[in-house]
Amino acid sequence: MIEWLSMALLLVGAFFFFAGTVGLLRFPDVYSRLHALAKADNLGLGCVLLALALQAESLSAALKILIIWPLVLAASAGIGFAIAHRAHTLGIAPWRKDGP
Amino acid sequence: MNTLVLPVALFLLANLVIALVAAARGPTPADRMLMVLLIGTTGTGILVLLAHAMHLSALVDVALVLALLAATGGIAFAKRAWQDKESEDD
Repeated sequence: MIEWLSMALLLVGAFFFFAGTVGLLRFPDVYSRLHALAKADNLGLGCVLLALALQAESLSAALKILIIWPLVLAASAGIGFAIAHRAHTLGIAPWRKDGP
Repeated sequence: MNTLVLPVALFLLANLVIALVAAARGPTPADRMLMVLLIGTTGTGILVLLAHAMHLSALVDVALVLALLAATGGIAFAKRAWQDKESEDD
């Protein structure tokens, strides 16, 4: 049962990583690319980490794997805000469908 | 389960290589800096997967270091390095 759950979580995580990469390639400006990276990739990483923590030998090893996730979440939230704020300060206009 | 770990790691590595294209063509420096964010999250995933597949628990520490480096690098870029106004949005 845990094996199957872990496998499914790995596949879901790989899908979200793929979605993040496609967003990075296809989205039109800095803000939307930041949006794709900061959310999809971190969700994918969370799924992968949870899948591996289910397979860990001991509780401490599982917790050590899982503790990476809050660190990455906090880091990407901070970086996302900092880069978007800086881009806005430098005067980069957000992309609009009918031209800027 | 163990048959799936290495293919998923390889798939994430392929994602990184494809995203290098986006880093090469991005119009602003921030688009290139996003590559560091991507390496932070995807590289962490790859390293944790490898730690499980190869029974090397030290690689989890490397993954933690990579996540921390992406955090400090991104903040330092946004606060200090990104100054120029000539290479702006297209």
